[in-house]
Amino acid sequence: MQSSKHSTAGADNRERPTGHGAADDPPVVVIEPRQGWAALGLGELWRYRELLLFLVWRDLKVRYKQTLIGAAWAIIQPVFTMLVFTLFFGRLAGIQPSGNLPYWLFAYSALVPWTFFANGLAQSADSLVGSANLIRKVYFPRLSIPLATVLAGLVDFALSFTVLVVLMLAQGYVPGPQALWLPAFLLLALTTALGVGLWLSALNVQYRDVRYLVPFLVQILLFATPVAYPSSLIQSEFWRAIYGLNPMAGVVEGFRWALFAGAPAPGAIVGVSALAALLLLVSGGFYFRRMELTFADVV
Amino acid sequence: MTAHAIRIEGLGKQYTIGGPQAPYRTLRDTLAEGARGILRRGAGQPRRFWALRDVSLEVRHGEIVGIIGRNGAGKSTLLKILSRITAPTTGRVELRGRVGTLLEVGTGFHPELSGRENVFLNGAILGMRREEIARKFDEIVAFAEVEQFIDTPVKHYSSGMYLRLAFAVAAHLEPEILIVDEVLAVGDAAFQKKCLGKMGEVARDGRTVLFVSHNMQAVRQLCERAVLLQHGQVKFSGAPNQAILHYFGGNAAREALIDVSDVERRGGNNGALIQSVQFLDEQGRPSYAVESSNRLRVVVRFTLSRSVERFDMAMAIIHGEGSAVFSESLSDRRPPGPLEPGAYCCAFELEARYLKLEPYFLTIYLADDGRTLDHVDNVSLPEVVNPKADSLKETHRWGLARIPVEWSDVRIHAGD
Repeated sequence: MQSSKHSTAGADNRERPTGHGAADDPPVVVIEPRQGWAALGLGELWRYRELLLFLVWRDLKVRYKQTLIGAAWAIIQPVFTMLVFTLFFGRLAGIQPSGNLPYWLFAYSALVPWTFFANGLAQSADSLVGSANLIRKVYFPRLSIPLATVLAGLVDFALSFTVLVVLMLAQGYVPGPQALWLPAFLLLALTTALGVGLWLSALNVQYRDVRYLVPFLVQILLFATPVAYPSSLIQSEFWRAIYGLNPMAGVVEGFRWALFAGAPAPGAIVGVSALAALLLLVSGGFYFRRMELTFADVV
Repeated sequence: MTAHAIRIEGLGKQYTIGGPQAPYRTLRDTLAEGARGILRRGAGQPRRFWALRDVSLEVRHGEIVGIIGRNGAGKSTLLKILSRITAPTTGRVELRGRVGTLLEVGTGFHPELSGRENVFLNGAILGMRREEIARKFDEIVAFAEVEQFIDTPVKHYSSGMYLRLAFAVAAHLEPEILIVDEVLAVGDAAFQKKCLGKMGEVARDGRTVLFVSHNMQAVRQLCERAVLLQHGQVKFSGAPNQAILHYFGGNAAREALIDVSDVERRGGNNGALIQSVQFLDEQGRPSYAVESSNRLRVVVRFTLSRSVERFDMAMAIIHGEGSAVFSESLSDRRPPGPLEPGAYCCAFELEARYLKLEPYFLTIYLADDGRTLDHVDNVSLPEVVNPKADSLKETHRWGLARIPVEWSDVRIHAGD
């Protein structure tokens, strides 16, 4: 019999059609002990895509419930950080932004993808523990939980990005054709946030230390990313490539390059960042799948 | 094709206590254990136990099977494996058909979302397609009787409304195999009845149902077959009546003094702790079985850790199948009064002739001005025996208890 196997989560389950499209032949699910590494189960994730959308929608619906200013938070966060950076780094420390940009625009253009990344990371790290109730009671691909959290952040991103575009146009900066690259850099940010989020959320189920690690990690990464300063401070091409190991460095450089005609091309940083992000995502995915066996028992 | 909807072979699940599956651990625990492991090799081995061991079971298409057993017998673990929430350690399961699991009513309900939004969210979580939910939406809302409040956030719902809505969504799930756990243990009697009705309906549609319950009446009513689990193994599988008998067979009080101080409590505010329940016969000797013609004396010992204003105690007799037979409280006879912290005992007597020759459980409540201080359930009463009784006649006796009536002789009816 022709059997197409999709490995699924929870246990080593295989669902396979038992005939050639015969409608009355039900799918067979086999549950067996599973140990060690497993496939990512992307097929199953796709079959559960409606649930994924519902989880994203729930996150969005709930996010700003019972807050006074609601979705304005999505804009306030990067805008206020920009003000603080402009005051301390731009004025007091006198950091020279790249590409003849005013410092505040230089900082804000980086804070938009950065905030998306930082929130996505922090929220997805907590997502599994926050959904403990679901995990203990219902089966569905566990990957959809952190994934939905990161995806929901796209709406906040859209809001703060709109503000960025308005500010740019008001200042007379019209993006050139390289702006078409923006989605690619956004995807890179999403990949990074999800990759780190997968690692942290799975670790968080076992080790609640993660909760304390996250704010700290985000802070460190912020300084390892050219948000408040231009990456041109790092001169040697070799060290710049190493710098790209932090995928957000590539994202931020890429954003500036795509938005402002005068900004320097990111070069090797982006290539290294893309590789690093992909590595994070794939390893995070496999680690997550390995750990998910014990989620229901441990969380 | 086989006719089996569910085939379970040699299924086992091992848990480790104090090991890597402890509720949750910090990195420090892991490091500390690692260090300890180096210093004292082999010391402090984590304890392992089998929650489920070598369970084999086959369920035909369209069969309704009840799973019974005491707490910790492995019922929940079995359902968790079947619903793919956790992985087995050994064995294999084959499920033919779409599986719907209902381990809890209202899983994934979000308090901030409206009833309407939660119906869609919960439906999706249970595995329904959006158009399927949309199609059944009106039916679901009508079943739950919450039409007026469907656009109100569920955090403003009464607990009854919440439960009804949650069950309504689940009840309209249409899987080929339905796995249900104790859903009926919640809600008021009317709601439970409605749930049972719905389950019967599901069953009549020819779908396979696996049903875990403590409610023997429901198992007897719904199931064609019952499986008794004990210590993680299948003890008996067969007709529900027989399975229930086996269940109680190992269950009658074998001790006359039952220590309940460390039994897990469901409610209570810990102002008091019931220590033990003791059964004595008319001569004051420990009672292991009580004859129908005798009186049973029940002594309850408890401690109070704070002073209470209006102390009251209540007892209820629960029939083995789960229905309450009657209840009485101390305040029926004496006005509630203040009590200082300390150790106390209180006794009541009951005439065994009011009980049938069947298993009963005792529930004891301690309360202060109507608020529960402590309560224990499922204390098995000593077996009620009657050497003179005709056992066949006894099994045909109706009801949950006996209320002896006075009969006259049969006389010729003189007419008017």
